[in-house]
Amino acid sequence: MQPFTTLTSTALPLRTENVDTDQIIPARYLTAVTQEGMGDGLFSWWRYSRDGSPNPDFVLNQPQYQGSEILVAGRNFGIGSSREHAVWALTQYGFRAVISPAFADIFYNNSLKNGLLPIRLPEDTVRSLLDLVEEAPKTSICIDLQKQTVTLPGLADSASGITETSWSFDIDPFRKQCLLRGLDDLGYLLDKEDQISAFEAAASL
Amino acid sequence: MGKTLFEKIWDAHVIAQDEGAPAVLYIDAHLVHEVTSPQAFATLRERGLPVRRPDKTYATMDHAIPTRIGALEVDWPDDAATQVRALRQNCAEFDVPLYDIEGEIQGIVHVIGPELGVTQPGMTIVCGDSHTSTHGAFGALAFGIGTSEVGHVLATQCLMQSKPKTFAINVEGDLGTGVTAKDIILAIIAKNGAGGGVGHVFEYRGPAIRALDMASRMTICNMSIEGGARAGLIAPDETTFSYIKGRTFAPKGDQWEKAVSHWRTLTTDEDAVFDRELTLDASALAPMVTYGTNPGQGVSINGRVPRAQDLEDPAERRSLQNALDYMGLTEGQPIEGQHVDIVFIGSCTNSRIEDLRAAAAIAKGRRVSDHVEALVVPGSKAVKAQAEAEGLDRIFSEAGFEWRGAGCSMCLAMNDDKAGEGKYVASTSNRNFMGRQGPGSRSLLMSPIMAAAAAVNGRVTDVREIL
Ligand code: SF4
Repeated sequence: MQPFTTLTSTALPLRTENVDTDQIIPARYLTAVTQEGMGDGLFSWWRYSRDGSPNPDFVLNQPQYQGSEILVAGRNFGIGSSREHAVWALTQYGFRAVISPAFADIFYNNSLKNGLLPIRLPEDTVRSLLDLVEEAPKTSICIDLQKQTVTLPGLADSASGITETSWSFDIDPFRKQCLLRGLDDLGYLLDKEDQISAFEAAASL
Repeated sequence: MGKTLFEKIWDAHVIAQDEGAPAVLYIDAHLVHEVTSPQAFATLRERGLPVRRPDKTYATMDHAIPTRIGALEVDWPDDAATQVRALRQNCAEFDVPLYDIEGEIQGIVHVIGPELGVTQPGMTIVCGDSHTSTHGAFGALAFGIGTSEVGHVLATQCLMQSKPKTFAINVEGDLGTGVTAKDIILAIIAKNGAGGGVGHVFEYRGPAIRALDMASRMTICNMSIEGGARAGLIAPDETTFSYIKGRTFAPKGDQWEKAVSHWRTLTTDEDAVFDRELTLDASALAPMVTYGTNPGQGVSINGRVPRAQDLEDPAERRSLQNALDYMGLTEGQPIEGQHVDIVFIGSCTNSRIEDLRAAAAIAKGRRVSDHVEALVVPGSKAVKAQAEAEGLDRIFSEAGFEWRGAGCSMCLAMNDDKAGEGKYVASTSNRNFMGRQGPGSRSLLMSPIMAAAAAVNGRVTDVREIL
């Protein structure tokens, strides 16, 4: 897993609530037996017209947001299926962090296991961020996982209603360490072999 | 202070809890299917690890496979065949028992688990599928996991989990005629929202829940995830025990008595406290139908599609507007009478024998409307065989429904069962997301009897009028 420490990038605004995993990656992309190729399917219902050409109205296809590594979205991002393909699609496309007021549990978990940082910020803050990056797409957003902050460097105040330029976010301390160091759970679990065997013996499983 | 059912199961399965780290939870049963497992087996192969407990792992194929009767594997789409072959190869290589489509036992993973008696009270059960919550109907802590976690469980039989919070859903009163478990859960989600249960485990309680059979309890727990919850639980009781007794993996002989006396302890203590509670009166419910693109956007059959102006929250307003644009519905229109093109009776929510019996009772002696294409997809080969023994397949066929083989089918449209662009699907499945049942498809979620009534009338109908 790629470690996550700090990230400075422009952000892509997706002003939609309840973005479900079928929107992030439709079922027809789930036929793969590897992780590859998911990036092309990201948001495919919205991103492509029925004839397969890019839909110019969808934000992902707009030139000003090319190269953004941060996605800002409405609440309940990632509801629906457990498909980790949704996270693979986002990371393969190039996203490294998603900011939303709330995430579905399984999506949140899956993100952490793939070096994609899910950041929960209050609804008002997310709304202001959406306003800001829609109006000023060049705005850089800086994420510091060690400090658990999202900041807007160089932006003291703005017409978009943002009155502070740094917000802190919560993350489980263990998950934070794993992300900072690029560690996955498997090594940790394999180290618990003695306890696992003891548990099985005691419960005669 | 006493413990909730959830806490009892959780505490019995935590094998390690390091300071500042999530708990390490032992998993009693791991269900595997073709779509979310290949990359997990690949991880094992890369790291040179075996499957730690093949005897606690159960694999089947359900999502990608076609369900047309007589569909030969040689004619399957390439990618479905590739996934099925990969699962066969992985199961053979790692010694995992596989319930293959070629064999006698196969079906939707959440239908065959309980059917085989794999699902038992007090267990922890996981699967790389969000509707694993279904198994909570037996008082098991059951939840969906991602593919990385599938790999963790294959390799160690354990998972790292932060402890969710508890949420009691009390369902009082008695259900009226023509109102079903599906209506209870759709009403709960409409009330509490699609994200309302995030971070929580629901426990469904109260007289209306106790009165339900296991199929109905599974319908409710199945859609816990649609309410945002990690899992849903119903405390086991005599209904649960008599369902399990005698099934393939159920405890036998002395073990049975021992198991039942343990299972009887699996209830929430009188003085236990939930983090949140919600109460619903079952006697006030009518059949429910969704009008939108998330399962929280549902109304009763006598209701109307909401108007954006009546919603306070701007985000909700926008969400409604987008949903109605996609669905081609009008604000304020009655849901009853809405045109329907396709009827899908199936999915892990509503494809059990009880669901098919109920739908067949409506279909019997009636005809599917001329403009409607209707399919019935049993959840498993066992359900299919039972239905055929009871003559339900003939009832459906005579009424003009197409009778299928077991699988997920049009629930997720990853196989060749897809609803066309703009088509309205009266569906007994659990998700009405945009494009879920085919590109541009428009799903109206409802109960099996409501779907059967929609099939015969060609429009959304109050089934109570034709009972
Ligand atoms: S029936 Fe539908 S919801 Fe259930 S497991 Fe299959 S695809 Fe998932």
